[in-house]
Amino acid sequence: MEYFLELFFGGLTRGSIYALIALGYTMVYGIIELINFAHGEIYMIGAFTGLIVAGVLTAMGFPALAILAVALVVAVVYCSAYGYTMEKIAYKPLRGANRLSPLISAIGMSIFLQNYVLLAQTPNFLPFPNLIGEFEFMEDYAHILGSANLVIILVTAAAMVALTLFIKYTRMGRAMRATAQNRKMAMLLGVNVDAVISLTFIIGSSLAAIGGVLIACHTGQINITIGFIAGIKAFTAAVLGGVGSIPGAMLGALVLGFTESFATGYISSDYEDVFAFGLLVLILIFRPSGLLGKAPTQKV
Amino acid sequence: MLELKNVNAHYGAIQALRDVSIRIDQGEIITLIGANGAGKTTTLMAICGIVPPSSGTITFEGKAIQGQPPDRIVPLGISQVPEGRLIFPELTVIENLNMGAFLRDDKPEIKRDMDYIFDLFPVLAERGTQRGGTLSGGEQQMLAISRALMSRPRLLLLDEPSLGLAPLVIRQIFEIIVKINKERGTTIFLVEQNANLALKTAHRGYVMEVGRITMSDSAQNLLADEGVKKAYLGLT
Repeated sequence: MEYFLELFFGGLTRGSIYALIALGYTMVYGIIELINFAHGEIYMIGAFTGLIVAGVLTAMGFPALAILAVALVVAVVYCSAYGYTMEKIAYKPLRGANRLSPLISAIGMSIFLQNYVLLAQTPNFLPFPNLIGEFEFMEDYAHILGSANLVIILVTAAAMVALTLFIKYTRMGRAMRATAQNRKMAMLLGVNVDAVISLTFIIGSSLAAIGGVLIACHTGQINITIGFIAGIKAFTAAVLGGVGSIPGAMLGALVLGFTESFATGYISSDYEDVFAFGLLVLILIFRPSGLLGKAPTQKV
Repeated sequence: MLELKNVNAHYGAIQALRDVSIRIDQGEIITLIGANGAGKTTTLMAICGIVPPSSGTITFEGKAIQGQPPDRIVPLGISQVPEGRLIFPELTVIENLNMGAFLRDDKPEIKRDMDYIFDLFPVLAERGTQRGGTLSGGEQQMLAISRALMSRPRLLLLDEPSLGLAPLVIRQIFEIIVKINKERGTTIFLVEQNANLALKTAHRGYVMEVGRITMSDSAQNLLADEGVKKAYLGLT
């Protein structure tokens, strides 16, 4: 039972991280029908930003949890700026072009950002300090649920709730949904679609930045390729749930996290990816539009 | 109120509007009739700033608006009910209506306009929390008109409001259009393929052929015109 719980919380942690990244993919796709392949790099840049902040503040002698809070805030701001700029440089000029062009631009952006960090930082793995530490009240449960896992799950849950409330109840959230459903009509009603698209990139990048810092604390090391790997997994999660659907991305991420965790725990860690992508293949065969995605219908 | 002068518009290399000039006065119902592909929808999109004209001027209440983005044009008092209604299918009826008031922040007045709309179309009040995509075609057209009214337009542009609807529903919709014009003094620019119905509703009309305005006259005269009868009314 304890082993099961350990795997359960392990899966929940993985799922949380995937969800934070997958939301960026799915929201951008929902609005401009682009798979932003450079999204994983934003997550990687978030982790690097966190490391730099942690380095500076540790040298100044701040307590770990305060450093974590500052690192999260700085990473969110920094990555938002990256996401915003990326859209303006790489995607906005291609709006109205055929669908392949922005896709190629996204891949180019991904390669550029990876190599930029490689040159500016290092190609090697860097140790990342565990800013979360071990909570005393968690000591008895540490073998089931580590403190880092707990923080990841809680922060992710808070971010999901905040995002859902924003999308559902605010004026801009409603405008985002309207723009996703029919961009021309949203424009006719006076929605500044450029602003909505920018906001989408900012929100997606913020969530990825949070994910980048948190998972780095958990795994203890980062390098320039972490964005690619996490990005592919999160993209898988988004497709599983139905790309374009926000609850779908959350669900898809959890399903993927649990699948990987249980496959690793009960079968073999060698087969982790086999099960993850096998699941994707099954979903694509039996529910091509994803778990919560809708098959395109049109009413005349 | 609204004046288009020698407006030209292109989609890439294809010219959709050729020297289009239209004048609409305060309080009128003006109709633009013409065959499929004549450029009627493009005319409306040019007014709203979705398809910026390549040359010519569009003035609304003395202000040049050509080339302005839609979010600058809507607040001036121009609103469009586009062809095919373009309801947001996943938004509720009330959310759809609120999207119509996107650029307004006078909450009590928005509430008043919504009450007016529920009075106009009681069925929308019943369906308030239902998703827009679940409504029937006629109800969607009512919602589309209501959504446009939520921005409190002084000029309402309607693109093919009769498209795909049952005759009874069409009559109801057109009665409401006339009512909006009379009660609220909203000026109406009506684009229709159903020329007979449009000319019976409007005060004046324009006829469009392959991007050009070929005739303009009072609706009565157009209804009586032999050429119009032959080409658009299906009479000989």
